[in-house]
Amino acid sequence: MSAGGDAGGRAGPLELLRRVGAAILGFLEATGKLTVFAITGVSHCVRPPIYFRLIGQQMIDIGYYSLPVVGLTTLFAGMVLALQSYTGFARFSAEGAIPNVVVLSMTRELGPVLAGLMIAGRIGAAMAAELGTMRVTEQIDALETLSTNPFKYLVAPRLIAGITMMPLLVLVGDIIGVFGGYIVSIYKLGFNASAYLQNTWEFLQVQDVTSGLVKAAVFGFLVALMGCYHGYNSRGGAQGVGAATTNSVVSASILILVFNYIITELFFAQ
Amino acid sequence: MTETVTPKIKMTGVRKAFGQKVVLDSFDLEVLPRESVVIIGGSGSGKSVSLKCVLGLLQPDEGTIEIDGVDVGKLSHSDREEVNSRIGMLFQNAALFDSLPVWENVAFGLIQGKQMARNTAKDIAIDKLAQVGLGADVAVLSPAELSGGMRKRVGLARAIAGDPDIIFFDEPTTGLDPIMGHMIDNLIVECVRNVGATALTITHDMPSARRISDRMAMLYKGKNIWQGPTANIDNSGNDFVDQFITGSAEGPITMEVFRP
Repeated sequence: MSAGGDAGGRAGPLELLRRVGAAILGFLEATGKLTVFAITGVSHCVRPPIYFRLIGQQMIDIGYYSLPVVGLTTLFAGMVLALQSYTGFARFSAEGAIPNVVVLSMTRELGPVLAGLMIAGRIGAAMAAELGTMRVTEQIDALETLSTNPFKYLVAPRLIAGITMMPLLVLVGDIIGVFGGYIVSIYKLGFNASAYLQNTWEFLQVQDVTSGLVKAAVFGFLVALMGCYHGYNSRGGAQGVGAATTNSVVSASILILVFNYIITELFFAQ
Repeated sequence: MTETVTPKIKMTGVRKAFGQKVVLDSFDLEVLPRESVVIIGGSGSGKSVSLKCVLGLLQPDEGTIEIDGVDVGKLSHSDREEVNSRIGMLFQNAALFDSLPVWENVAFGLIQGKQMARNTAKDIAIDKLAQVGLGADVAVLSPAELSGGMRKRVGLARAIAGDPDIIFFDEPTTGLDPIMGHMIDNLIVECVRNVGATALTITHDMPSARRISDRMAMLYKGKNIWQGPTANIDNSGNDFVDQFITGSAEGPITMEVFRP
């Protein structure tokens, strides 16, 4: 017993080191694979043939069918924002800042981030599940045997649709979110409607909107990339597809939050 | 003076390992033009891997694979796609695209690979479906609405849609009842003959292998341990082949079965 314990004690630090090393190597390998996947996918977005029909289908899936989810999310976010701001700002008699807070928060942060997270759950998961199922049922292999590049046929249309449709979704989400704040401010908090709208409009700058739209395009790319990457590389049947779906949503959500900070820093750091 | 025929498919010294597990080990095989060769072997013997290596879905670790005398391992991606355009493949579970109706599955290679007009491709697809005994009414169905036998037949129609030079069949009768299996075998023989293609099939279904092959090769532990005309399979003089075709539990082939 004691000998075993000593051996275990000596092996402990080495085993820990081995595991840390393996984790670092695994992370670097995964990062490298993802980078190669992203570069290959993007390169196929700009090289013919371009599958316009598939791009259109993806655009409808990502843009049109996500409108209710994004609309509801941003509507209630705008409403809550107005309500919370009021309870806080009333302590300093600063209720007049509520239109500014709502519009800035929605366009700069909440619109793109909430829409990104919703799309990661709705579209990223669906992409991973669809491509994962295609992988484990040999449909992706079948594409190759039919002289069709899976990157061009499956990945590129999703990336293009993600990059182009997310800004549109976020633009609509921003408007709905501001409208949510307006409803609460006017009908519950007793603001003057024209003064509220004037404050909103005057305080808003082009950069506030463009930064949100740039974020949206990046988030759209990230969601589509992670959905495609995890689905395309899924292995091992139903369990593998399930894992790909989970990994797609988790990794896209984390990347959205990380890139949100990076882009904010790029746009607004003094 | 005898004329040397260039093999349609030639695998020389092909090795493929996944981690520590060596699946193909110096595997050699030649398939002559218009010949129908069946690779037999037990589950996990490397049959599917050998097919995927020829198709370019897997890269061999060592060895060369030639199609029409060209080393396909050295081809660019576009040249490889050109080679694949002359190949048809029937996957084990048909691998039909769920999102497309049956006719578009059959016509997929024509529309996407050969840039054919959709209407023309649809006409060809319906014609190919008729060749495998399926009516035009099936063309508009979704793959999810088809039975196992129908899926195989649609897969076969897709494999022959482009009038390929080479057709691969991956376990064509797996999961089918004996009568449907026999029908699929007959269709395979008929389609391969009509198209004038070279066929390479992998299966462990011996009645099916006898029906569709001119020649057989047996894969065991990654190596081609016997090959010869189908007529000679019962007199191969190889204990491994004898055990496999009789399905006996006693013999040189041992299964790794855990016994508590």
